[in-house]
Amino acid sequence: MAVSQLVGAKIHRREDPRLITGHGHYIDDFTRQGTAYAAFVRSPVAHARVKSIDVTDASKAPGVVGVYTARDFKGQLAGTHPAAPAFVAEKKYVPERFPIAEKEVTYQGEIVAVVLAESKGQAADAANMIQVDYDELPAVMDLEKALAKGAPKAHEAGPDNVCWDFTYTPLDLTEAAFKEADVVVKERILQNRLAPVPMEPRGVLADYEGFDKKLTMWLSSQNPHFIRLFVSGALGLKESQVRVISPDVGGGFGSKISPYPEDYLVPALSRMIARPVKWIETRTESIQNATHGRGQFYDCEVAAKKDGTLLAMRVVQYVDVGAYHGTFGAFQPVACLMAGGGYKWKGISARTIGVLTNRVPTDPYRGAGRPEATHLVERMVDLVALELKMDPVDIRKKNFIQPQDFPFTQNFGLVVDSGDYEKSLDKALQLAGYAELRKKQADLRKQGRYLGIGLSTWIELCGFGPSAATAPATGGIALVESAQVRVTPTGAVIVYTGTHSHGQGHETTFSQIVADQLGVPLDSVELRHGDTAEGTSFGYGTYGSRSLAVGGVAISKAVGKVIDKGKKLAAHIFEAAEEDVVFEHGSFHVKGSPDKSKAFGEVAFASYGMGLPEGMEQGLEAVAYFDPPNLVWPFGAHVAVVEIDAETGSAKLEKYVAVDDCGNIINPMIVDGQIHGGVVQAIAQALYEEVVYDESNGQLKTGTMIDYLVPSAGEIPPFILDKTITPSPTNDLGVKGIGEAGTIAASVAVINAICDALSPLGIKHVDMPATPDKLWHMMKEARK
Amino acid sequence: MKHKVAVTVNGHKHEHEVEPRLLLVHYLRDVVGLTGTHIGCDTSQCGACTIHVDGKAVKSCTMFAVQADGRSLTTIEGMAKGDELHPIQQAFWDEHGLQCGYCTPGFIMAAAYLLEQNPNPTEDEIRKGLEGNLCRCTGYVNIVKAVQTAAKTMSGTTAGKTQVAAGGN
Repeated sequence: MAVSQLVGAKIHRREDPRLITGHGHYIDDFTRQGTAYAAFVRSPVAHARVKSIDVTDASKAPGVVGVYTARDFKGQLAGTHPAAPAFVAEKKYVPERFPIAEKEVTYQGEIVAVVLAESKGQAADAANMIQVDYDELPAVMDLEKALAKGAPKAHEAGPDNVCWDFTYTPLDLTEAAFKEADVVVKERILQNRLAPVPMEPRGVLADYEGFDKKLTMWLSSQNPHFIRLFVSGALGLKESQVRVISPDVGGGFGSKISPYPEDYLVPALSRMIARPVKWIETRTESIQNATHGRGQFYDCEVAAKKDGTLLAMRVVQYVDVGAYHGTFGAFQPVACLMAGGGYKWKGISARTIGVLTNRVPTDPYRGAGRPEATHLVERMVDLVALELKMDPVDIRKKNFIQPQDFPFTQNFGLVVDSGDYEKSLDKALQLAGYAELRKKQADLRKQGRYLGIGLSTWIELCGFGPSAATAPATGGIALVESAQVRVTPTGAVIVYTGTHSHGQGHETTFSQIVADQLGVPLDSVELRHGDTAEGTSFGYGTYGSRSLAVGGVAISKAVGKVIDKGKKLAAHIFEAAEEDVVFEHGSFHVKGSPDKSKAFGEVAFASYGMGLPEGMEQGLEAVAYFDPPNLVWPFGAHVAVVEIDAETGSAKLEKYVAVDDCGNIINPMIVDGQIHGGVVQAIAQALYEEVVYDESNGQLKTGTMIDYLVPSAGEIPPFILDKTITPSPTNDLGVKGIGEAGTIAASVAVINAICDALSPLGIKHVDMPATPDKLWHMMKEARK
Repeated sequence: MKHKVAVTVNGHKHEHEVEPRLLLVHYLRDVVGLTGTHIGCDTSQCGACTIHVDGKAVKSCTMFAVQADGRSLTTIEGMAKGDELHPIQQAFWDEHGLQCGYCTPGFIMAAAYLLEQNPNPTEDEIRKGLEGNLCRCTGYVNIVKAVQTAAKTMSGTTAGKTQVAAGGN
């Protein structure tokens, strides 16, 4: 990029003035005249046959517009819930999923009926009057038991509970390496099931206008164009008849990527009653129905030499798919492909098994597969170090992929584009005061205190992302990104992106890129997103830390096209050759005559006038799609310092250091903010959060924020952040992603610190969440 | 059976007939039409609906609208004076104290009451003082910084001096 005044600068967010004054536009802030309100009746049991539904009383309740069950949607909605192949090309059994259950419910919260009424309260009152007679069936909860022959089935009609069983690389691949090993360590590593809990729950407002045959729907989504695709298909409409608006969105974290039953039912109801219909999720509905994350365990084995050289790994991933295959649920096996982390291995054997249970489906949650990979490899490397009595720093440095090795083709054929892992680790150790911490630890141990230091040298693949990899994964649509740049006659610049911002600050960062490239003030750039009626014909949404590395680059490409046309026009105005025209600092001039120049705005105005060059059309606008040649590969090193209270088992974070590398930075303030939030979400997984179901009957026990422990400001330590900058060779901006980095890195830093703290007691491994109760019991057991 | 409720919201008088079960937060959003106060949990954990009732920070999902009869309420919409942001709003902007922005109105209202009670809080006092509000995006780091910055500004002046200017830095 030629000029760099805005890129790299701490620019205050343009979206903030409306948000800090209470003038944001979230889904529940939208209203339509004549709206009917929906309340859903959901199964109170995890698994049952639906014998009958009695709607008599509800139908007569005050304000009720109508009561609807599965039968009423026949002819209104077609097809079943989409299940993308993602990273598992072959599935064993994908149960059909309809937005509303008819004969069988398979998780607590599954919709069986819906009431429409004149007010929210009346809808809720009537929903309580519906009598559903259930014939309860056994709930399938435990993954291993579910895989046993003759086990009860999560779906009565299913062959068994195996959704997929896919071997990426066979066991014999690592046989030789395991034979030559001096040590082999084994561990089962759990990934607690998590609820994404965006502060704004979901919601849908749909208005089908029968005479125009047009549907407008507002919903809280990370992915409006895909929702338009799915909803139009299910309702039998053309995509041109459906407009999806995803306005200000109060967080997503992956839970607002996939379509949900309500996304189909609410617009179908609007068409049925010829009125707008609105539904806003309650928090309990959210924890009960929004897709969960993680919910896995891994059986891992690592072979190593006694000098600490890592040889090979074997990993079997068990994924709790839930009652249905989440649209992108098979993305989570990417953990297998990333299990080697930032290290060199002779071989990795990997297999993934997806198990159907009677819980809500799992789907990508911030990091999706990559936190799990980091957690397992960083845990296993520490276990090898413990076995060999090596410092965790030394074993990492001994096995890192080295700077000169990039681009590095890893065990699964993925090409890691760039990195300098030792540099970020050294920086993190220095900031943490590693040597002094070890001394302090030794002193405290003599006093019977448990201080631990945990490392996480993480790597990530993100920026989905190459068409060749993603078109087969979605079932046909390549995850590229689109942008449109329109310049008005007075030189105002309107930019449309196919990504969606729900806290990431695209209105600011993407405008920085455009303003810099065009040499115009930030104020003259308007960034728009989230409305399928505007901009390019398709957008790909925001997830997998892809917005900047794919969407930002697409914008930059579109701006490049605008500048190219401007150069042609300027050459015509200057009566010069096009190749002699230079564009810099927002104006065009002929090489060698910078005094005779035309500002960008002047050329924009001229483009709408007469006397254009032969064959040139009026106007100044361009569309670009960017298909990245590779994924991008951020990395970094985190250090957590934890002290465990010997009496209570409570783990207190004393210090947290994060040194991250996301390539070139557009806005450092926003990058830091993403890291803060990501790290805290992972600390929350490590110490507090877990979705708990009653294992005997599938009842959700953590259905409110009283039981599901999202941490507050009091639980979180101050951070020390720093960075290294290794530009990505994959795109012209040299950028990588940062939205998920903190979440990918941090859970294992905390757990490694806890294990390190408790190692004098002979405790080698602790699973998440490391609650005081769990640690207290482990310590008590170990002291015996 | 509806009940009369008369309140002052951000200096304006309102009078409505409402159902006795109507929560104050729903009254503000759906009846008065002030949607800056948000709902995030239904069980009074998240604090997104925090407003001021007679100057005191209250989670507006914990009161019925009829209980607010005769009271003076301030919501997030009442914090800026025209184009002039409240120093806490300005500090949230300056310190990047928000990402998705959904919890932000509640945090600003809670912080305003916190600083009124304790104009020079320590970091620990800020963290403890804001424990009734949850944020999923920021990790609280920049929220704490914003409150510290606001405390400094407010102890120097009584009102913020800066203007709302989109895209300013």
